[in-house]
Amino acid sequence: MTIPTSSIEQVIPEQGAMAQPDATPPGKAKRSRFRFVSSGKALTGIVILGIYILFAIIGPWVAPYAPDARSKDLVSPPSGAHWLGTTHLGQDVLSQLLDGTRTVMVVGLAAGAMATILSVLIGVTAGYLGGGLDESLSALSNVFLVIPALPLVIIVTAAAPGGGAVLVALIIGATSWAWNARVLRAQTLSLRRRDYIEAARATGEKTWRIILFEIMPNLTAIIASGFVGTVIFAVTSEITLAFIGIGADTGWNWGTILFWAQSQQALAQGAWWWFVPAGLAIAFLGTALSLINFGIDEFVSPRLRSAGKTKIKTASGHTVRMRVGFTPVLKSTPVVRSKEAAK
Amino acid sequence: MKYLLQRIAFYLFTAWAAITLNFFIPRMIPGDPVKSLLSRFQGQMSSQAIDSLYVLFGLDKNASIWEQYFDYWKQLFHGDLGLSFTAFPSPVSEVIGSALPWTLALVGITTIISFFLGTGLGVLAGWRRGSWVDGLLPATTFLSSVPYFWLGLLAIFLLAGPNSIFPSGGGYTPGLIPAWDQYFIPSAIQHSLLPALTILISSVSGWILSMRNMMVTVAAEDYITVAHAKGLSEKRVALSYAARNALLPNVSGFALSLGFIVGGTLLVEIVFSYPGLGFLLFRAVTAKDYPLMQGIFLVITISVLVANLIADIAYLLLDPRTRKEG
Repeated sequence: MTIPTSSIEQVIPEQGAMAQPDATPPGKAKRSRFRFVSSGKALTGIVILGIYILFAIIGPWVAPYAPDARSKDLVSPPSGAHWLGTTHLGQDVLSQLLDGTRTVMVVGLAAGAMATILSVLIGVTAGYLGGGLDESLSALSNVFLVIPALPLVIIVTAAAPGGGAVLVALIIGATSWAWNARVLRAQTLSLRRRDYIEAARATGEKTWRIILFEIMPNLTAIIASGFVGTVIFAVTSEITLAFIGIGADTGWNWGTILFWAQSQQALAQGAWWWFVPAGLAIAFLGTALSLINFGIDEFVSPRLRSAGKTKIKTASGHTVRMRVGFTPVLKSTPVVRSKEAAK
Repeated sequence: MKYLLQRIAFYLFTAWAAITLNFFIPRMIPGDPVKSLLSRFQGQMSSQAIDSLYVLFGLDKNASIWEQYFDYWKQLFHGDLGLSFTAFPSPVSEVIGSALPWTLALVGITTIISFFLGTGLGVLAGWRRGSWVDGLLPATTFLSSVPYFWLGLLAIFLLAGPNSIFPSGGGYTPGLIPAWDQYFIPSAIQHSLLPALTILISSVSGWILSMRNMMVTVAAEDYITVAHAKGLSEKRVALSYAARNALLPNVSGFALSLGFIVGGTLLVEIVFSYPGLGFLLFRAVTAKDYPLMQGIFLVITISVLVANLIADIAYLLLDPRTRKEG
């Protein structure tokens, strides 16, 4: 249920209020493409995501028990034998969690990839070709944007029984591309009037070549950020579906654990180990993905970065707040308290 | 005025798309779903309900798909959404009608509070960039990543209980009759506190973040510098110059994220067994009550469209540029 945190104006730096001169020297363009990793937020996010992907690969093998193997310890709290306790049938919660990681990640990434492909196809085509095609494609994405996605996913999945994880991923992907398509269309619209695109057109390059080699590379950041955002949405939707008991035949995922915890009165029995780990797993995954997205956003528009210390004390005891675009006029010189000044 | 008419035309188009989607989804179910349903509800269905099921799934072999489509519209205009078979023999419209006020009250009020609270905090965080408020951002990121329903589970576990003032579920104390009296209303409010708190906590952070980012962007504009240079008070610059302009994208964002929010709040209702549309949808899904599911989807979509229209009117009032003719 992530609310899109950046408006189109923020994602697209070259438009309107966000117009900024490109300060990167031309020679360094290649290196700066991956520089967003150097921001603390993005790095933290990538490390956490890496851990999740690792567990998605090795999870089912390192799990101490089979996820649905029963034992005699019913609803027992965490212990040496069961690190995260057991369920009402004596199943090991940790094993279910590890086993579920793979389904969650596969569905999330597959749905994200599908939505991204759709949004690129629809958004870039609409933005570049324009005209009547643009009108109808924009209307289509606006319709999908306004219709509440989760209820739609619920009724479609409920109508398609026995599809498994792939079908769930397809349905989520097919319903969640609209926001990205809209953002991509807006950016393509601004790109297609640039000089270098006009030049490419004038030299007679084919339309598909212009789109693929002139426009697409400039959309990389937006596409990446859209992909990450869709993965967040897909993961929560998938877990939600499992939690309300649809698509239960997709194997264990974190939502299934929560479904059983809820239906078997884990709350009333005080069995916190049953539902807390799964929720934390979702929350950390979501946080990691959001952090990566902030990294991309801040890489694209540096103003969004959290500022360092902006308060300055003057000799006369006044505090002055430094602000972008505004140079305070001080009656007395500020006291510089950085380490360099002390030396 | 032209802007508003355009928006209304768009919403009508969207409503048409949603209704058409709703018409086709049951027809995509492979096999004969009616037979499997009949075997589950052995002998509990009247022949009238069975007929309406065949019509719903498009298995009515006597009519072409176009005739079925027109019949569907005709039924809709009569307010007829078919018969629910979990609440048999009540029609779907009646079942939904009894659940709708609960959802409207809970979701409507909390969404509005969350929007204003989040926007206010976002103005603060954006204006005071670099102060302690920035430190809250990672926390809000974490909170907005937590699924609504899990937060609800946690809230029940930690706060509700036999000795607590927060009941763990339901919409009112069992035994009371819904009415506007001094017994029912306090009970209903008491039962809605915890779900409302859950929705508030998980939805407010999105508003804080988007408003902060807009404020940071706007704070660098020339007109803000001019306002400062004129010697206007800090508060006036922050509210009348920066916040007013930063608010616009947030209002249109409000309209666009309504769908997401409604989806999330439906789940909170499920966790708290709150007698609204979300819980009803959950029961319909569990019982494979297709007519009820379709009806709920339709009602939710139409409500979101109406809310969108209201947000558009608010935008119209806030942004003078949209009022310019031509």
